Parts: sequence; C-alpha cells; structure tokens
Amino acid sequence: MIVMTKDTMEIVREQDVVPFRNRVREFCTRIGMSLVNQTKLITAASELVRNMLKYATGGKVILEVISLNAKTGIRLTFKDEGPGIADVTLAMRDGFSTGRSLGLGLPGAKRLVNEFDLKSNPGEGTTVTVIHWKNGR
Amino acid sequence: MERIPILKMGPFLLVTIQIDLYDRLALTLENDLINMVSQTGARGVLIDISTVSIVDSFMGRILGNIASMSRIMDAETVVVGMQPAVAITLVELGLTLQGVYTALNVEKGMELLNTKLGDNLELDDEEEEDQDDRND
Repeated sequence: MIVMTKDTMEIVREQDVVPFRNRVREFCTRIGMSLVNQTKLITAASELVRNMLKYATGGKVILEVISLNAKTGIRLTFKDEGPGIADVTLAMRDGFSTGRSLGLGLPGAKRLVNEFDLKSNPGEGTTVTVIHWKNGR
Repeated sequence: MERIPILKMGPFLLVTIQIDLYDRLALTLENDLINMVSQTGARGVLIDISTVSIVDSFMGRILGNIASMSRIMDAETVVVGMQPAVAITLVELGLTLQGVYTALNVEKGMELLNTKLGDNLELDDEEEEDQDDRND
C-alpha cells in the first residue's frame, strides 16, 4: 500500500468538526470520488469524530490518500486516548448506546465505508480506521 | 451566538438550513422552533435542507425530535429538498426518519402542509373551513 498524501487534524472541540468534514471532502474531490461515495465517507467520519468528542476528550485524525493494486482511496484513522470500549461486540450492535443516542454511530459508520477496523484497550483509548475506495468498492 | 432564522408565513414556520450544522447550532434550532410553534400557534413547520450536504445520525435525530415535539404541539413537520446522496447515505446508516413527512421541494412541502391543515380543519370544525374557502 502506498500513501500518497497525508495530513493530521486535532479534534478537541465541537467547532473542529465542520472544518474536518471539509478537509475530508477536499481529499475526496482530489481523487475524483463520486458525490454519493463522498457523502457516505464524510457521514461516517462525522459519526466517528462525534464519538471521539463525546466519549473521549477529543483526539486526532490522520487523513491519507492511499493506493493499492491500482485502486485509489481515502484512509482515515481516528485516535483517542479516552476510556476505551469495554465490549466492542456490543458497541457495534445497532441501537446500543451508553450515551442516550440512537446507537447508530459505529454500526452505521461501518456500513457506510468499504473497510472498517476498531481497536480499543480499556483505559488506553480507541483507534478506528476506515478506508473508502474511489469507486466505492 | 449564531442562529438559524425562522420565518413565519401564515400558519406555517419556514426554516432554510444553508450552512453545515454543528451540534450546538442544531440543538438551538430545535429549541427555537418549538418555542416559535408555541408562541405563534403555527400549524406546520417546513424545513428546507436542499443545501445540506451531510445529515448524520445526530442531525437525523434532531429532525425527528422537531417532528415529534411539533406534533405534540399540534403542528406537522415536513422536511424538503433532501439531496439524493444524503438520502442514500441515511438509509445505509440505518436512519429512516420515521414520523417525519418529506417532500421533494418547498412547493410540494407547502402543498402537503396545506392538505394536512385542510384535513385537520375538516375534523375541527366544518363550518369554519367553509368560511375559509369563501375567503379564498
């Protein structure tokens, strides 16, 4: 896998979310991703940064344009040093939430992107990595 | 503090969301709208999201809340102008906006609200509606 462009953004306040979404959109347009795929990726990203702000005290996101076997895509890595997720299987279930929300964030984000990986160590933090390819598959 | 303007048009309230909403702004809008419904006795709320490019689960929940709260206050809510990409994304996300009326554009949304208002009036008081018709 080749990383072609890389950028890091700190997300510490709610106001950081809109500029972050715009940055993701810039990356998507740069590789010529279609509007539907852009919308899917940005919506997933929006869910994941919200989690970072809500359950941890924010964190950072690494944005990358990647290339693999002649496919181009965007990889986003969300890293926080929050309390971590006690039960990942439960957290990935539709409708489950410890925060009085709809419980769609994690499972919904997973459905919206091509690749989704979640690693969490209770007490140390959570890292979510998503990849969305230019053509959406 | 930043606020989304709410316009009163006859018995309806009109909101056009033209910027990307962050959470606090969305919550303020929810609050302002419900207060306006109460103050003006509005019978319908029309929310135009044609320039909104991202509706995530939070924003979806706010739209649902506005609809449920308005209904309790005797007003119907119509969300209009959703972009196709947003609709596709919402369904995959798992958000079906239950209880929220939708229409393709502002015109169709107004028609829908008028129909709803007409239906309600019929139930409320048939004579009153007759008078309304004559005034038209």
